Amino acid sequence: MKNNVSFTRPIQFLLQKGKGVRKGNLLFSKKYAPYLMVSPFIIFFVLFFLYPIISTIHMSFLEIYPGERTFVGLGNYYKLLNPHFYTALYNSTIYTLWTLIILIPVPMVLAVLLNSKITPLRNVFRSALFIPALTSVIVAGVIFRLLFGESESSFANAVITQLGFSPQQWMMHHGTGMFLMVLLASWRWMGVNILYFLAGLQNIPQTLYESAEMDGAGTVTKFFRITLPLLKPVLVYVLTISIYAGFRMFEESYVFWQNHSPGNIGLTITGYLYRQGFENFDLGFGAAIGLVLLLIVLLLNLIQLKFFGVFRKGDE
Amino acid sequence: MGIMLAGCSSSEGSGSDGKVTLTLWTFVGQHAEFYQKMAKRWNQKHPNQKIELKAETYPYDNMHNKLMLSLYSKVGAPDIADIEVSRFPNYLRGKPQLVPLNDMVEPVRDRFIESRFDIYSKDGKYYGLPFHVGATVMYYNKDILDQAGDDPDQIETWDDYVRAGKKVKEKTGKPMTTVEITDVHNIWPTIIQQKSDFLDSNGRVTLDNRTNIRTLPFLRDMMDKHKIAIPAPGGSHHMEEYYGFMNQGGAASVQMPMWYMSRFTDYMPDLKGKMVIRPMPAWEKGGLRSAGMGGTGTVVTNQSEHTRLAKEFIRFSKLSKEGNIEIWKSLGFDPPRWDVWSDPELKASNEYTDYFGRGIFDQLLRLKDEIRSPHIDEPTPRLSNRVKSNVLYEALRRKNKSPEEALKDAAEEIRE
Repeated sequence: MKNNVSFTRPIQFLLQKGKGVRKGNLLFSKKYAPYLMVSPFIIFFVLFFLYPIISTIHMSFLEIYPGERTFVGLGNYYKLLNPHFYTALYNSTIYTLWTLIILIPVPMVLAVLLNSKITPLRNVFRSALFIPALTSVIVAGVIFRLLFGESESSFANAVITQLGFSPQQWMMHHGTGMFLMVLLASWRWMGVNILYFLAGLQNIPQTLYESAEMDGAGTVTKFFRITLPLLKPVLVYVLTISIYAGFRMFEESYVFWQNHSPGNIGLTITGYLYRQGFENFDLGFGAAIGLVLLLIVLLLNLIQLKFFGVFRKGDE
Repeated sequence: MGIMLAGCSSSEGSGSDGKVTLTLWTFVGQHAEFYQKMAKRWNQKHPNQKIELKAETYPYDNMHNKLMLSLYSKVGAPDIADIEVSRFPNYLRGKPQLVPLNDMVEPVRDRFIESRFDIYSKDGKYYGLPFHVGATVMYYNKDILDQAGDDPDQIETWDDYVRAGKKVKEKTGKPMTTVEITDVHNIWPTIIQQKSDFLDSNGRVTLDNRTNIRTLPFLRDMMDKHKIAIPAPGGSHHMEEYYGFMNQGGAASVQMPMWYMSRFTDYMPDLKGKMVIRPMPAWEKGGLRSAGMGGTGTVVTNQSEHTRLAKEFIRFSKLSKEGNIEIWKSLGFDPPRWDVWSDPELKASNEYTDYFGRGIFDQLLRLKDEIRSPHIDEPTPRLSNRVKSNVLYEALRRKNKSPEEALKDAAEEIRE
């Protein structure tokens, strides 16, 4: 009770005051009120985005030691021309490609199924598929690590031995290592992407399908002629964040190898950034890696968005 | 406005009861408990100078990053912190933001395994106090050796070890040992006992020197030629897969530092009473039989407002006889102060003597003058990363490079 009073009182106070003296009150000033309203965002943006970005750009030209900062020009960027960074770039690219191949078509089809009224238990499946997104990736990673342990009695090895294959040392090879990371990511993000597509599907007017049916369109035709084109905005959005998420991936690799994968089979760009920036504490170099990562993601997404015609005016 | 700003304010310095608050960060829960015990004893001994120790435990990565950032930004660091040896050089770059401890170390240096101070030093200044010697030893599974008719006391050199291993393999079908692919507890001690290292005393890279190029193939030969070793299941001796394998009597021996005892007691309970601790095999008769591996240096940061007291407290905890005995009792480490090794308190029964027998420190006293430590310098974090993720994998596991190539490639890259 007491709380309620103290919360509402200032507002009432302001309102009452506002009636009397409008002039001079910031909240009712046409000129300043908008700035006041957006100021939380501006302050937040400047403090937590703009300043760090500018500071990162600045740092990427420095060599930073405790109590010492020396300007090294493009030195940190030259350091990037080394086989480890190429490995990281390669791994991140392959990983991103796999996640795009799996995490866009599959959730889309699943979303269509889950959206269809004839699917039994669809609410159960909807929530079941979303649960992994709520799980901590570190916890899930520990479970995955145990499932894919090296011993012959680990779950995955027991399964493939039953199927007639020989047991694998999952975390020791390039191919199986990539498989583990993609599998963990697919398991984790499937539900989230389904959610996006479901939201998109529910915006498609039912009447379109009805009229298509009258014209004799089958399920497949309806999917490709109505569902897919109308899902395009969602599709582009999911593609954009997936490219971003793929290249910035860190956790899926970290949980399996704690950033020390044999032969760098799990090294990603962000993993490399972490290794240089924090494990070796070369913050300037870390900043340079971060900026290159930003450029890569930005460039790929600009190309992709251009390709999908997002920048064309009057399209929507 | 302004109503929200009440509440959190931290009281620094002297509390109302005259106690001085010291903050301490560590990355191991047991370390924090150890310091709390020592703080209690400190307060009993120094009623006029009581301290209140706020020991906070963070995850390994988290603590090291947080500490580094607070030292960089010159705000928020604790009075005292534990820094793990492979990260320590990062904190010595540029102008170290830590307090030199020479005035405390120098008077007692000769009663310690001296190399343990050197790993936390720069330009003749000591910045960290060690927790343990980390003397590398060979843990033998007596059951398996008995089956093969081997006697661990007869194994003096690596040649003896290979010979004994072949008997084990022949009689039991089991490997003599396991070799780490993603960690350095096989390669590093075996080169240090030959007075070689990854770096020389000036911090120059010696990863690809003659000794090392001769030693890495020896590990490969144990696996491929003599067939007495296998890659450690899971990649290192700290993996679930390895613990399970070893616990079931998977291999006849393992080369690890003394602090690895707690992994046996915690993760391999079935080997209780079966394991014996012996020196590492030497390269020739009379050669060195150990090397000090791993470690944690306790430091005082330059942000401490109670530098003198913080220093006195870590001197009491880590340099005094009392503290060193407590290190063994609470943590099961081989304390760096060797003049306590023969103390009767170290023979008192605890979970380690129950597991390994009472002669643990008798073995260690034999090794006292043979324990060199690695040279730790600025390139160490990069170098050990490189060896852990590439060199061993390329040379021992994937075998796409010869040991020589793998070492040379890594050394050249770090030299650049």
